Amino acid sequence: MKDSQIRGAEIVIKSLVAENARYIFGYPGGAIMPVYDALYDYMDHIQHILTRHEQGAIHAAQGYARVSGQVGVCMATSGPGATNLITGMADALIDSTPLVCITGQVASHLLGTDAFQETDVVGISMPATKWNIQVRKVEEIAPAIAKGFHIARSGRPGPVLIDITKDAQTAMGEFNYVPCLNIRSYRPYPKLDDKAIDRAARLINQAKKPYVLFGQGVVLGKAEKALEEFLDKSGIPAACTLLGTGAISESHPNFVGKLGMHGNYGPNLLTNQCDVLIAVGMRFDDRVTGDVKRYAKQAKVIHLELDPGEINKNVKCEVAVLGDCRISLEKLTGKVDQRTHPDWIKAFRELEAEEKRVVVGNDLSPTKVGLTMGEVVRHINEFKSDDAILVTDVGQHQMVAWRYFEYKTSRTQVTSGGLGTMGFALPAALGAQLHDYNRQVICVVGDGGIQMTFQELGTIMQTKAPVKVVLLNNNFLGMVRQWQQLFFDKRYSFTELDNPDFIKIAEAYNFRVQRVDVRGDLRQAVAEMFVHEGPYFLEVVVEKEDNVFPMIAAGSSVEEVRLS
Amino acid sequence: MNKRYTISVFTENFIGILSRITLIFTRRGINIDGFTASESREEGIYRITIVVHTTEEQIIQLSKQIEKIIDVIKAFYYLDDEMVFQEIALYKIPIDNIDSGLERVIRQHNARIISAEKDFVVVEMTGHKEETQELLEVLKEFNVLEFVRSGRVAVAKPMETIDKYL
Ligand SMILES: Cc1ncc(C[n+]2csc(CCOP(=O)(O)OP(=O)(O)O)c2C)c(N)n1
Ligand SMILES: [Mg+2]
Repeated sequence: MKDSQIRGAEIVIKSLVAENARYIFGYPGGAIMPVYDALYDYMDHIQHILTRHEQGAIHAAQGYARVSGQVGVCMATSGPGATNLITGMADALIDSTPLVCITGQVASHLLGTDAFQETDVVGISMPATKWNIQVRKVEEIAPAIAKGFHIARSGRPGPVLIDITKDAQTAMGEFNYVPCLNIRSYRPYPKLDDKAIDRAARLINQAKKPYVLFGQGVVLGKAEKALEEFLDKSGIPAACTLLGTGAISESHPNFVGKLGMHGNYGPNLLTNQCDVLIAVGMRFDDRVTGDVKRYAKQAKVIHLELDPGEINKNVKCEVAVLGDCRISLEKLTGKVDQRTHPDWIKAFRELEAEEKRVVVGNDLSPTKVGLTMGEVVRHINEFKSDDAILVTDVGQHQMVAWRYFEYKTSRTQVTSGGLGTMGFALPAALGAQLHDYNRQVICVVGDGGIQMTFQELGTIMQTKAPVKVVLLNNNFLGMVRQWQQLFFDKRYSFTELDNPDFIKIAEAYNFRVQRVDVRGDLRQAVAEMFVHEGPYFLEVVVEKEDNVFPMIAAGSSVEEVRLS
Repeated sequence: MNKRYTISVFTENFIGILSRITLIFTRRGINIDGFTASESREEGIYRITIVVHTTEEQIIQLSKQIEKIIDVIKAFYYLDDEMVFQEIALYKIPIDNIDSGLERVIRQHNARIISAEKDFVVVEMTGHKEETQELLEVLKEFNVLEFVRSGRVAVAKPMETIDKYL
């Protein structure tokens, strides 16, 4: 054995350091213990965040990745540790979040013997990862990690899993880290076809009512500026998906609002009136399209997209512009005519006014006794800074916060979009906050969802991350209750909750706390929350049976979006 | 409209890739009618041949999803008339039933006996599924003890090769 040899476990850590990973979100256990032992000597090089549950670890890594644009790293032991990561992997895959997940595995001679804490995590995680691998030899550790980082962050990002047997962790080997730059079977960036750009530009220049829909691809492709310049020149109105929110400022003159089941009235309705639909970095999720058979049938669709698998998957397009949307947008901007579309944009503004009259007014400035989720967000807007990050869980509060929060910059919107994972927000907010202790991170969460990952209050306590938790307590699994009210005859089957005293719990975790149940106290409480320097827990007791509108009921067409 | 398609998949590294590919079909509830795998002309590159009944729209999506797998180099899909393909079938027949009738049937179908054991013979036939199926029907009168048919092996008529994707 040469002197230069080190244990596989140390190679794991040195590889992560070589990739400039700042944090490992993790939880120890038998099969990963050698790596934790190696970590003990590297605390100055990489920070480990001990969460209270592996699901918390992976959601925290997701939150970190979403706001930083870096690969999030999480680590767990074999068996139950590894299976607890699965929800986060599925979430990261569908929301294109770059993650490297490292799991310990039983020693290779025990594989397949139902050894203690042996689970076939490579098998289980296959449909939930972009790529995964089991490493059984020490010399394969560094190359696997290098490949994993490359795959996670390149092209359409996603989660990868590297499962490392315990004997590979304890064996001795050379450390020689070679970053992975190319895999011959993997082409993350399809070559842009200039002819497609030409055809798209021609369609756009001839269009009378062109309409841009943008998604997270703009953020992932760092195409925010390119999109803005395209909109400035072409004068085309633009609406965003849930995950595209914030890619351009909502105060941009061409920005007309949000798409989807609980998006804005005009942007949904007018989808069926445009003549050219320009989809940028979005995938026509069914929550955006409603009944796809009655979606934008009158329009010629131009799809700017990196992933060939998304082309013609849900909506057929006239022109597919395959490639990095930043480059495609820049080229398109060069080819489209300088125009304005005042009448067409006016159509959006008129519907916006109607939505304001029927929905928004009552949400933001209610006259009834009970508090609304909307007015809480209104006060958040009043005191938040421009670059504040909003992390939301899943449910009514998610939709309301998304609708009313004033997004000014990219990467300020963190939520579980494609998977709709309750319990996501609290750990994701922690991860987001760790990226920058000085940014405001507001975690808006429901009384149902917070109880799914409540334990992460402990991680926030330990890290002193100054997360502002805003619990919107309606004493219900509100979103499900809304569906029960609208579609199941108000048969509230198992959606009402007997809740604990949340304030006592948060206090036990050393949060500064405040509970508000009358309107008169709300503004002051929100103001205080932002002034406080450490973690803060604000519970607002809101109306129990409020509904989120507008709404496109499942199976309805976008033009059937209802205001009440 | 459903048609019979053959997907030719060229892949690196074999471990795990079969599962990843079949998951794409099972997730969408599509039955795999034939599946074969072997090393290709290029050392270290495997060639998987999958036969499915589906629509053109679906086969395009399936191929794209297969190509998204990191270790997949390329997936091509073809209709039957765009390929030259064969399957091999083996028929096990008890020795007591061997007579000149059997020999005639074997000759007529361009089949052959590849093994004669104490209690049985093994007949082999190469051909399209319809042909090997027809022989099976005929041989039933001689009491077929076992029958097995391979998945399809196929080469494409278009003169495209995998080299240019490497
Ligand atoms: C893990 C998980 N389980 C179930 C659901 C289904 N679901 C969607 S929203 C919702 C209710 C959420 O309730 P709460 O957290 O109180 O938020 P609210 O809708 O009341 O604002 C449920 C159960 C889900 N999205 N995720
Ligand atoms: Mg609730």
